[in-house]
Amino acid sequence: MSLLEIRNLSIHFVSHKQDIAAVNGVDLTIEKGKTMGLVGETGAGKTTTALGILNLIQKPQGRFLSGEIIYKGRDLLKLSEDEMRKVRGKEISMIFQDPMTALNPILPVGEQIAEVIRLHEKCSDAEAEKKSLQMLEMVGIRAERSGEYPHQFSGGMKQRVVIAIALACNPSFLIADEPTTALDVTIQAQVLEMMADLRNRFGTSMLLITHDLGIVAENCDDVAIMYAGEIIEIGTLERIFHNPKHPYTLGLFGSIPSLDKDEDRLHPIPGLMPDPAALPRGCKFHERCDRACEACSELIQELVEIEPGHKVRCHRVVKGEI
Amino acid sequence: MLKRKKRNEAIENALADMARHKGGGSEFIQRMLRNKTGMIGTCICFVLIILCAGAPIFTKWDPYEQSLASKFILPNMEHIMGTDDFGRDLWCRLLYGGRYSLLIALGSAVISTVAGLVLGSCAGYFGGKTDLIITRFLDIIQAIPGLLLAIAISSALGSGPFNTMLAIAIGNIAGGARIMRSTVLSIRGNEFVEAAKATGSRDARIIFVHILPNTIAPLAINASMGIGGSIGAISGLSFIGLGVQPPTPEWGSILAVGKTYIRDFWPIVLFPALFIALTIFGFNLFGDALRDALDPKMRD
Repeated sequence: MSLLEIRNLSIHFVSHKQDIAAVNGVDLTIEKGKTMGLVGETGAGKTTTALGILNLIQKPQGRFLSGEIIYKGRDLLKLSEDEMRKVRGKEISMIFQDPMTALNPILPVGEQIAEVIRLHEKCSDAEAEKKSLQMLEMVGIRAERSGEYPHQFSGGMKQRVVIAIALACNPSFLIADEPTTALDVTIQAQVLEMMADLRNRFGTSMLLITHDLGIVAENCDDVAIMYAGEIIEIGTLERIFHNPKHPYTLGLFGSIPSLDKDEDRLHPIPGLMPDPAALPRGCKFHERCDRACEACSELIQELVEIEPGHKVRCHRVVKGEI
Repeated sequence: MLKRKKRNEAIENALADMARHKGGGSEFIQRMLRNKTGMIGTCICFVLIILCAGAPIFTKWDPYEQSLASKFILPNMEHIMGTDDFGRDLWCRLLYGGRYSLLIALGSAVISTVAGLVLGSCAGYFGGKTDLIITRFLDIIQAIPGLLLAIAISSALGSGPFNTMLAIAIGNIAGGARIMRSTVLSIRGNEFVEAAKATGSRDARIIFVHILPNTIAPLAINASMGIGGSIGAISGLSFIGLGVQPPTPEWGSILAVGKTYIRDFWPIVLFPALFIALTIFGFNLFGDALRDALDPKMRD
């Protein structure tokens, strides 16, 4: 049974002069204990989708135009603010992108971990404190340091604290929004390894948002590629990596420099992501696509399963033309 | 197994350590004591308050008793700061006057800071319509010049120490509220506030635990600066007959009356001015020290 199912989610940001279509009809299913990688370039709507799951879209500008987010049989978008507060941090928690600002500078780190525990679990202060120390040890920080403040920790250590906060109440679902983007490569590897370890131990499902395909390959069971607020290709890790179909996905893989070949230049996808306030008609990618035909600017393609566990949103792929 | 035992030991130790350091109060006091300039400021404030509160102990004169025979006496052993235009001892009048000046200034600083804090943080945190209404209200207050507003309010309420305090406080709300609003806006944009929401914290908790403690620095500075400004405003009101009425001693009004004699008799201007300057200096240093002691980045 799936733990979280997003159906036809659309989120727009509406201001007095423009309507920004951040997320357009996203469908995602995350199974229990599995990790879904959500990949896409900046502005593709990945973070908006994540915040949408927690119903933390900035209102009144941000609006849910359509969609359901079914978590354990309940539609999160229909919950009251009180009920939703009980879900946040307890059932679903989130790791933020930038550990430098994700911690309150004037509270000791141990206190910040204990706070979540006190919020969601009926326990005494002493128990919460003890649990917070255990969490610190678990993410590899000595318990003596719990009285120290965020500025006394390095970036990687801060991210560990953030992870400790996110996991403090044993959530069933974890959203990691680019958890390693602000960290250097060795620390990235450590943090990811630790997250994988904790995930295995607690059986937590995860939505891992990133633009690094290498991280996806190491950590995910399924992959969804997002472009201009839509999922354009989704499938198991193996299918997507061995048999990418959508021209955008191919472009993403093509832009990674190879270590074996002697390459002088990188191969980026030409052009920029379309302005979300004025999305093109037809396929959102056709303006940058080197395989586009005339029909691409007109046809609106749905996600179609082309082989078991692999769906693509490209009419030329579906028709077998490319 | 061994590792586990070690870990449990570490947790026990850390727990014991935390128990020992419980009550951040003692640590806060230690840090205040270590700050030298802050201690000077605190001592100045403390001495001024003691002198004014215990005025009868430090002077044998009466602040109201006139003696025209002994007016304008330069400082000597009998009258250490001389006498004023009615022959009253200046030192004595300054000590008794400090009771009003300090109380009114501190009181109006507290009232305006608290009101500014509430209004500013609501405007900054909730945004939207709440922000619009509060900001427009502050605009109205600020559209009227501060002293004019104080004059209007105190002439409506009547003179007297408490009304003067209120009149000055209301004029000062807008400035503090604006500082508060912009500080809250900048802090609200931080990821840790969003993170707190994502962990299921309530609005009140986010405001009191995560946002307000981060706004102490500008607030402490604003309040301590405000005290100096308030003393000036009190004297202004007293001067036009709306604040504290003569013969009640008050630093501003002593200064205002003394202005007439500035060319012929310097002590009547110098000493009250000195008291006012010392108070402002003391409270500013105290405000700085308070901010430093509360900022975790300043610890060693």
